[in-house]
Amino acid sequence: MTLPFDPLIVILGTPAVAAALLAVIPSYRVGAWFNVLASLITLAAAASLFLVEQHASPFLLIDDLNIVFIVLNAFVGFTTSVFSAGYIAHELESGRLTPAHLRFYHALFQVMMFGMNLALIANNIGLMWVAIELATLTTVVMVGIYQTHEAIEAAWKYFILGSVGIALALFGTILVYMAAQPVVGEGLDGMVWTVLIKHVSKFDPALLNVAFVFLLLGYGTKVGLAPLHAWLPDAHAEGPTPISAVLSGLLLNVALYAVLRFKLLLAANPQAIAPGPLMVLLGLVSVIFAAFMLYRRRDIKRFFAYSSIEHMGIITFAFGMGGPLANFAGLLHMTMHSLTKSAIFYSVGHIAQVKGTQKIADISGLTETHPVLGWTLVFGVAAIAGLPPSGVFMSEFLLVTSTFARAPLLAILLVLGLLIAFGALLWRLHTVAFGEPMGSRAPTKAFYLPMFAHLALVFIAGIFLPPALVAWFQQVAQSLG
Amino acid sequence: MSGYIFDTAHLFAGGLVLVSFMMLYQDRLHALINVFALHAVVLSLSVAWQAYTQAAPHLYVTVAIAVAFKVLVIPIALHRMIRRLGIHREIETAVGIGQTMLAGMGLVALSMMVMLRVTPEADPLAREDLAFALAVILLGLLIMVTRRNAVSQIIGFMSLENGLILAATGAKGMPLVVEISVAFSVLIAFIVIGVFLFRIRERFDTVDVQALDRFRGERR
Repeated sequence: MTLPFDPLIVILGTPAVAAALLAVIPSYRVGAWFNVLASLITLAAAASLFLVEQHASPFLLIDDLNIVFIVLNAFVGFTTSVFSAGYIAHELESGRLTPAHLRFYHALFQVMMFGMNLALIANNIGLMWVAIELATLTTVVMVGIYQTHEAIEAAWKYFILGSVGIALALFGTILVYMAAQPVVGEGLDGMVWTVLIKHVSKFDPALLNVAFVFLLLGYGTKVGLAPLHAWLPDAHAEGPTPISAVLSGLLLNVALYAVLRFKLLLAANPQAIAPGPLMVLLGLVSVIFAAFMLYRRRDIKRFFAYSSIEHMGIITFAFGMGGPLANFAGLLHMTMHSLTKSAIFYSVGHIAQVKGTQKIADISGLTETHPVLGWTLVFGVAAIAGLPPSGVFMSEFLLVTSTFARAPLLAILLVLGLLIAFGALLWRLHTVAFGEPMGSRAPTKAFYLPMFAHLALVFIAGIFLPPALVAWFQQVAQSLG
Repeated sequence: MSGYIFDTAHLFAGGLVLVSFMMLYQDRLHALINVFALHAVVLSLSVAWQAYTQAAPHLYVTVAIAVAFKVLVIPIALHRMIRRLGIHREIETAVGIGQTMLAGMGLVALSMMVMLRVTPEADPLAREDLAFALAVILLGLLIMVTRRNAVSQIIGFMSLENGLILAATGAKGMPLVVEISVAFSVLIAFIVIGVFLFRIRERFDTVDVQALDRFRGERR
């Protein structure tokens, strides 16, 4: 089927043009809604990708794998822009941000979407690197946008660790080119992913191994895998909440996507090390580490940031295990985590605004003071903790059962991590949602639709997955090997 | 012919590692910045030599960026900045120089062992370049972890980036080298502006655990 427009151009062009326009629109209200509109157009174009055939040019690529990521990216980007329109107005009233900041914020939001979309569509590993760097840079600036001491510290830490990660990833990228060069020749071809995967079986395996270690550590820093996660909780806690939602829901996925692309390269070379065990190890360490760390958190955004580390660990573990079933579980879990975690951050953002604090100890009895927000949070946390019938439960169940069949010991460790995290989530939820009511009872002007939509999708997915989606995920899971 | 091409490239790449070592023991910021400028000069020479021997004129753009940006603009800006921030007299002793130098030697040995072992079939020049580049990258990381001052962390990062440029230009015919060096320049400009605007002096300018807890929101 042919479309009257090229969706790739729309997906990349809309955020780029919108960023330029948003930088000059003086009114923040117009800016906020223009931001929503641009995200909606991007989402529509992303959805239309299902209709076009696969496409590979030296720079851009559309295949089964990245469509999943692009559509998820555009969807959460859109709902976040809706959430941010309501959230940001409150920040203006409370004086934390000025209209000039907001103009800057909206323009950067679109630059970030552009960077992430480009990273997902890029067929060239160099271009992908540049795009991830761009997305990182914009989020760094947004994390520091409140300009408090804490926010600047967080942005600086994110900056330095992110830059080191990205530098290691570039070294890995150069090594991949070095491995490719004797086989595919000099020049552009040596960086085009579709060319690389075709010839990778003839590459020097030792060089590929070293390259993958650098790439895994480099992009793994951006995924937030322990022990490279140090930037993540600070960045989540100190930045504006829409950015926390996008960081957890999207940017971590984009970095993981980069790791997956290189994992596919390694897997296609029979002599190279198997990339799976390394990913399983990092994933498992992240799950268990984050699960214990959850108990010591006193800041609500930081708490959910550690939960993101845990879930990225689960997803990395799933893709590291490999095989159709575990990959399926990984893809499903990634989708569910993005939806649930961003919904949680939406409600946490409103809660922190109305209570005027992010400290867990000062937030209590939410279901009584703010029933809608409170119950949204309850459902969100229940979903992220993996209670049935949420989609997270289904993906975790799939992952655990498929792991039990192949590596029982690993499965036991994974279940242990999941249970420990489960305990921490419910323990905190108990006081925050059902404890003695505390703090302000002022009504919120929250816009609930984005959170409801996300949570509804998560719970519907737990009960019924459309067969078309299952078939699609199965196909992608097969291609992931 | 190929003998002197190899030797010259080898000289510049080895020189870069040597200058990285010089950075390790500078305890005054002005001196550190001057050594970094020297680092960038050596890198420019190395890249220019690669551009000449590989007949790759686009690499001269990378040379121009390195000279203009890293030899001139950034060091001058940093010199002015540390005077404005009033930290030009500070002496850093985060980790002793002796241990740092020993660790640096260990890292160089490590990178030689790793890179030379995995690339026996590669072009010998690219192979040596890659080993030296990894050494420069690791030494840059070492500078970043042993220093507490934001300015010296930036310098550590920039020397790390010089190592990446060395690796990228050493890989014959690698595409996007110029774009990547532009992207890095933007990144560094961002960092420098950020430090200046927000007057970040040290990442954690206190060893007071309570202050750290406050920053991490861990205090009730």
